[in-house]
Amino acid sequence: MAYSAIKVIKEALTGHRGWKPLWRRPEPKSEYDIIVIGGGGHGLATAYYLASEYKNKKIAVLEKGWLGGGNIGRNTTIFRSNYLLHENEMFYEMSLKLWEQFEQDLNYNAMISQRGVINLFHSDAQRDAYVRRGNSMLINGADAILLNEAKLREKCPFLNYDNARFPIQGGLWQPRGGTIRHDAVAWGYARAADRLGVDIIENCEVTGFDIQNAKCNAVRTSRGTIKAKKFGVAVAGSSSAVMENAGLRLPIESHVLQAFVSEGLKPIIPGVITFGAGHFYISQSDKGGLVFGGDIDGYNSYAQRGNMAVVEDVCEGGMALMPMIGKARLLRMWGGVMDMSMDGSPIIDRTPIKGIYFNGGWCYGGFKATPASGKCFAHLLATDEHHPNASAYLLNRFEKGYMIDEKGMGAQPNLH
Amino acid sequence: MKINHPLLGPRNASEFTILGDAKLLQRPNTPERDQARVFYEYLYLRDNPIGQHQELWFHEQGDRSWLIVSRDTLTHEINNVELASKVIKKGQTQ
Repeated sequence: MAYSAIKVIKEALTGHRGWKPLWRRPEPKSEYDIIVIGGGGHGLATAYYLASEYKNKKIAVLEKGWLGGGNIGRNTTIFRSNYLLHENEMFYEMSLKLWEQFEQDLNYNAMISQRGVINLFHSDAQRDAYVRRGNSMLINGADAILLNEAKLREKCPFLNYDNARFPIQGGLWQPRGGTIRHDAVAWGYARAADRLGVDIIENCEVTGFDIQNAKCNAVRTSRGTIKAKKFGVAVAGSSSAVMENAGLRLPIESHVLQAFVSEGLKPIIPGVITFGAGHFYISQSDKGGLVFGGDIDGYNSYAQRGNMAVVEDVCEGGMALMPMIGKARLLRMWGGVMDMSMDGSPIIDRTPIKGIYFNGGWCYGGFKATPASGKCFAHLLATDEHHPNASAYLLNRFEKGYMIDEKGMGAQPNLH
Repeated sequence: MKINHPLLGPRNASEFTILGDAKLLQRPNTPERDQARVFYEYLYLRDNPIGQHQELWFHEQGDRSWLIVSRDTLTHEINNVELASKVIKKGQTQ
């Protein structure tokens, strides 16, 4: 069923009785060519690209809960490609280009909105650092515009420019960045993959790998043993737990990141705005809620909820940046579990066990990476070679000394 | 979260900073073989368990002591707190 304006009108006139489920609910077969573990954004995107671009047959996605119930449902829906390091910037710019085609490619409305992302700077030194970052973005084919204070005041008159401690001097603007309806990303990929014959199997938790002579032949799941030639693990948040079943320890800690939504308000925030002096970022959803967040809590957690200290810190950041939000009431808040890697950058690579491939360590940059992650992981699974844009995301880079440490924090995951 | 400091009683976790897994105390002696490998595993790899986790917290805004906190990563429940210095003296870090 392809969506079109005619279809929408027809359904509107006939009481919306003709819509069908977007994907099948197949029983798992005993064997597949490739099994993708994890039915979130990255896993579903991987399955979609495996089926559509690499023409792989017999693909399954195994999901322990319901489809899109992990971090694809718990993020703040922002996409951008404003990184400094080449290894990251080329990858995230690839992702941004894929976002721009997402709705057309998948025939699915994901409410994509390129409303722009502004990173504020508060000192001369920070401005210089952002100029450098902007140049890095331009070199990698992205867009970046430096806004001085006067230009920024036109766009965002409501910011607290004269904050005594952190006066706002301007911002680095990426007009092509923006937001996209996060659940629709999962549903869009699931529908597209299903239409290409991918079996999406929910409520199917992987509990172990059958490994012989350092080669994996099958996975044990809550719905039986399933054989395959290759297994792609894309379970960020639970990476360590799943890979422990294969006997691997990872350069990853799991941390909780909180996010917040206010009550619905009239349009007031023009794009995505990030505070350069504290950890606070904000955008406004199409429904009107202010969507904002800050830093991770800092301790290992699988709880999908955080603590009050960070709530306070985030709200203080918001009040310092735009005192007007003190009038808005908080509607709800939640937490998601992040794979925090040792250098703040992700991993898309083979593992020492033949047949098992790993995608994870996304820190809190996973949502925006979804399409490129899927495409690069599919490339690796299908061809056994790294996609050129993800060739630096190696599992052994910590051992070899090729860290991709955007912030220069070292092996301290809670500081990335 | 409240951390029951052995000397000061219950303190708000926001007074502390966390370094990570208490296994970081077990820095390997310089081995004769596989040095790079041993230190790579010490520095970069983590157990990252679901459930009980022993971790190092620093009372930065308090008495600046290091604590070993046993905490459940699924519930955030803290069931044991000890001074790191005492644990090291007893040789109890596994």
